[in-house]
Amino acid sequence: MTSRKTVLVLGGSSDIGRAAARAFAKAGYDVGVAGRDAAALEPDAADLRARYNIEARTWTFDVLDTASFDGFVAGLPVLPDVVVSIIGLLGVQPSAESDLAHATAIMRSNYEGPSLILGLFAEKFLGRGNGTIVGVSSVAGDRGRASNYVYGSAKAGFSAFLSGLRARASRGGVHVVTVKPGFVRTKMTEGMKLIGPLTVDAPVVGDAILAAVAKKTDVVYISGKWRLVMLIIKTLPEAVFKKLKF
Amino acid sequence: MTLVSGWGRFPVVDSEVLRPRSFEAVGAAVAQVTGSVARGNGRAYGDAAIGVSRTIAMTGFDRVRSFDRATGRIRLEAGVLLSDLIDTFGPRGFLPFVVPGTRFVSVGGAIAADVHGKNHHGEGGFGRYVDSILLRTGAGETIEVSRVQHPDAFFATVGGMGLTGVILEATLRLRSVETGWIRERVISASDLDAAMRALEASVSATYSVAWIDCVARGRDLGRSLIYLGEHARTDELAEGAARFPAGKNPGLGVPIDLPSMTLNRYSIRAFNELYYRMGARRAGGDHVVSLYPYFFPLDSISDWNRIYGRRGFLQHQCVIPEAGARAVLGDILDRVARRGDASFLAVLKKLGHGDGLLSFPLPGYTLALDFPVKGDILNFLDEIDRLVVAAGGRLYLAKDARQSRATFEAGYPALSRFNAIRKSLDPAGNIRSRLSQRLFDEV
Repeated sequence: MTSRKTVLVLGGSSDIGRAAARAFAKAGYDVGVAGRDAAALEPDAADLRARYNIEARTWTFDVLDTASFDGFVAGLPVLPDVVVSIIGLLGVQPSAESDLAHATAIMRSNYEGPSLILGLFAEKFLGRGNGTIVGVSSVAGDRGRASNYVYGSAKAGFSAFLSGLRARASRGGVHVVTVKPGFVRTKMTEGMKLIGPLTVDAPVVGDAILAAVAKKTDVVYISGKWRLVMLIIKTLPEAVFKKLKF
Repeated sequence: MTLVSGWGRFPVVDSEVLRPRSFEAVGAAVAQVTGSVARGNGRAYGDAAIGVSRTIAMTGFDRVRSFDRATGRIRLEAGVLLSDLIDTFGPRGFLPFVVPGTRFVSVGGAIAADVHGKNHHGEGGFGRYVDSILLRTGAGETIEVSRVQHPDAFFATVGGMGLTGVILEATLRLRSVETGWIRERVISASDLDAAMRALEASVSATYSVAWIDCVARGRDLGRSLIYLGEHARTDELAEGAARFPAGKNPGLGVPIDLPSMTLNRYSIRAFNELYYRMGARRAGGDHVVSLYPYFFPLDSISDWNRIYGRRGFLQHQCVIPEAGARAVLGDILDRVARRGDASFLAVLKKLGHGDGLLSFPLPGYTLALDFPVKGDILNFLDEIDRLVVAAGGRLYLAKDARQSRATFEAGYPALSRFNAIRKSLDPAGNIRSRLSQRLFDEV
């Protein structure tokens, strides 16, 4: 136990999760990283300890196992100051159109699981009277598009959940950040055609998350360009929008 | 397949780029095909980090495994960049012992090229501070190699251009420093003799390097600015200065390929004249500068390789043994000056012994020159190579994209020993780069 602040990163094995964990550790936080396979996260925890001389440990957490959430939160030795959820599943849109199990996995991984676990932490934080919740949603949730609306709709639900939670929790001293990365070069997007000027590397997102926590930002678009792009996409009349192929 | 090139953007060739996420996946990537090689951050200039059929991108392996503050010993994955090491451990009082002219190289790449820095004359190359290496050989074994354990494989891997196998992890020693600042002294030298005398006279300096105005001709031939450096102590810093300077990421960049005529004899002449005069004015007393501009002057401009235009550029870096160095360097510089299209980056430096079988350094002087790829440049560099070979010199493989087998074989007498070790680690010849195909492999 130290006097340092603590952050818990859910989805710690993702590239953005690793980047966020590094950003917080560099800033002097003790770090917990949680994922389906805690043993696989141990090299990342060792990396944080060696680099930043802080405490880092790993936790097993499965976003689809919602029954385990109460026990997971109760099992933490200390309630963190900040909890960050990077969890998400891009899936394959064409498969999700006919494969209900796949569509369900996308919806649950992007909306149900992250919302429930962050809601649970929010209750604990409100009981304590402080804390910061960070949910990594997506610009894909800003408007359902033909090419990824299963994923997008789940992210839209998650964004709406975070928005409502923020309004409620702010009265109790708890801050909620919604992060909407655009294109990020990660395992998830490997092989996808990304638009260079709109694409960032994972450490940029990690640093942006840390900065948003420090500055109590509400909604973060990683690049200002994305705010503009999504504003245009959101304002297109439906009659025009539905003819677009993207 | 993907078009891949080195930092010089010449040659550009097809290779399948894989980005494995585990060491097992690295092993599988090597085993599945004939002709793969590891690639770090792609800062080798030519074809060293391009697989004949497959290129294995290693920068995802960027974890530090352990660090011992008492000894400065660090264990890390091969894809960690030196920039990352400096930014992370510099503020804790530790720096790499050896850094090349860019910090954006991976540890694996730095070992494979046995890179040298401005301290090579006194402190040796990167490999000297490597205690051990975890190597995945072409035969499919994963072995730890060191000066004690598999020493043959160790000395073949240091400077071995990735051809003994994929470097997965390494244990290095870091240097303990009080600050991240360098106490710099600039000496101006009016010609080549003066420059070489100044480098010779400053062998006791930790860091030394000369920038040569290679446009200057006649009695100005070889006029230079010599930059000496020592690690600054805390009590030498300006009042209120942070013990460790902020390392800015490159802000200014070169967003597009400039037209290849941007660098012509007039623009280079003007730049060099200005640079020499400004430097000469600073010559004399000591002043304290951040390690970043001292070691990595070009890192502040991202993608500076694009100023040479779409066709790319060649860097020619040779080393000439001390005895004959003055005459040969004078001859090379004279030919370059008469051509008029080299290079706003010309660097002269004194080197010591290399450690690996194929390490570039030998006791003498190294000269590095840049040339845009155009006209008869390949023929011109062949001429220069003949002078280098006649003087018992050699070319740096990490910079090379075009030397002949004859030049290479003349320069590296340990080659047959290296080949025998390589064969024992990789009997089937699975590890093959474009560079090895050009210079090493049986045809």
